[in-house]
Amino acid sequence: MNKNYFEIIRAGINSTFQDLGRNNLYHIGIPFSGAMDNRNYLLANKLTGNNHNDPVIEFAYQGPHLKYHGDKINIAITGDVSFKIKKSDNPIDGECYQSFILENGDELDIISTNKSVYGYLAISGTFDLKFQWSSCSTNTKAKIGSNNGEKLSDNQKINVKEINNNFVNGKLNYVNTKIENIRVIKGTNFNYFSEEGKKIFFKNEFKVSKLSDRMGMRLEGKKIENIVDTNIRSEGLIKGVIQVPADGNPIIMLSDHGTIGGYPKIGVVVSADYDKLVQLTPGSKVKFQEVDLNSAETLFKLYDLETQNLISQI
Amino acid sequence: MIKNISNLGDAALYCDFGKEVNKDINTQVIKYFKTIQKKNIAGVNNITPSYNKLIISFDLKKINFNKLKKVIDNIEIIKGDSIQNKKFEIPVCCEKEFSLDIKRLEEKLKMKEEKIYEIFFEKEFFCYMTGFIAGMPFLGDLDENLRAKRLDTPRVKVPKGSIGLTEQFANIYTFESPGGWNIIGNTPLNIFDSTKEKEPNLINPGDLVTFKRITKEKYQNYHE
Repeated sequence: MNKNYFEIIRAGINSTFQDLGRNNLYHIGIPFSGAMDNRNYLLANKLTGNNHNDPVIEFAYQGPHLKYHGDKINIAITGDVSFKIKKSDNPIDGECYQSFILENGDELDIISTNKSVYGYLAISGTFDLKFQWSSCSTNTKAKIGSNNGEKLSDNQKINVKEINNNFVNGKLNYVNTKIENIRVIKGTNFNYFSEEGKKIFFKNEFKVSKLSDRMGMRLEGKKIENIVDTNIRSEGLIKGVIQVPADGNPIIMLSDHGTIGGYPKIGVVVSADYDKLVQLTPGSKVKFQEVDLNSAETLFKLYDLETQNLISQI
Repeated sequence: MIKNISNLGDAALYCDFGKEVNKDINTQVIKYFKTIQKKNIAGVNNITPSYNKLIISFDLKKINFNKLKKVIDNIEIIKGDSIQNKKFEIPVCCEKEFSLDIKRLEEKLKMKEEKIYEIFFEKEFFCYMTGFIAGMPFLGDLDENLRAKRLDTPRVKVPKGSIGLTEQFANIYTFESPGGWNIIGNTPLNIFDSTKEKEPNLINPGDLVTFKRITKEKYQNYHE
């Protein structure tokens, strides 16, 4: 019997359960998945006193409107998100990076993300979910993960399996900043492109296109000319790889990407910039900046230290 | 053998086995893949074999490029671990509604439909790798007379079960997906089953595959 549950009044645009994702399955064609913005995912779990790898609800642009039924529960939202909490007739504006208590009958209305794509909702406890390959992460294209591999839908119920008693009164001062210069390491096919094409890649501005989702982000800009071959023999991909197909516009592989691809790789986004990259909304303008492997490793150490530091402040 | 190891970004090794693509090279790639998989190297997240490359991605918190490269440089390939070749016969229906690009191929290959199918169904294929979408097998080598490029504009939706051809390979769309291969038929057989966590893929690298033409009636009444 599940006496604690959320009723979904409105599911939002693309609300899915996510955690840290799955490993060791690329060779059969199953991508990593997991929360797109890892830092905000970790912070959401910490704010509700959860394990760092517990499932959360990830939403894009517009989040879910939920009504809660059951015993007192703590929730927290991370990202840059506008939301309201309705207790009886008295709605209050919610704040990100702060835990709130929901009681029986309260509503949580996640209105929208601001100048960003993804936000996270964690509860103090665990959702009642089916795991596949030790992860709840939902991959809607492959129909893998919790909720039968589907995004959340209106009028559905989300059962809470267990409420933890760590009622953390979590609060954190943190502001998400928008990235303008994406740092990249040259890709394995960098020399497939003309001198002019290479210059365009590192000097010109690119615009994030509407055709972006959890699989990939398409960019538009001046055409990057290929002088060798617009196809390579299909080979493995990783998240952050920037492929340039024949039309000359870059596509960046994101967390649900195809595991194999046959377009030349001009670059790879450094791990330190991934969380900020995925938050770029369509229409955003970005530039690519070259770094070497050593600098990328140092940047990642700094990124990770900052994340750990934020976690320890809660 | 690995000819060169370079970095793909800051969190992956790109192992290059040379320019050629053939069964021997691919068998080498798969042997490396299996050896590294068995080693359970701390920090390694994913190992992706393809025709002549092996990509090893890792958690930058636990290991880095130089450290992992040293491990791979000195790895001893497990000997005597021959790859088991399972054999499969995949039923394919080639009725009009399934053979979406047969007319395009007739034109591109300058060959009659009957001849295309005759050559295709005679061949035994080798599974080089699986991926792109879950469980999709990349099968080679297609007869030289059947090689055509991808569609100029990829389809937004290729139906589940579609058999596609491009360049020297055939593949099977394990579920509905975008794709640009030339579709010549459809199989009622389920190639990927996510409920079987241990072995979700029917066809794995190293397996041998033939295709068998079936009627529409058989297709509709097909039971696995």
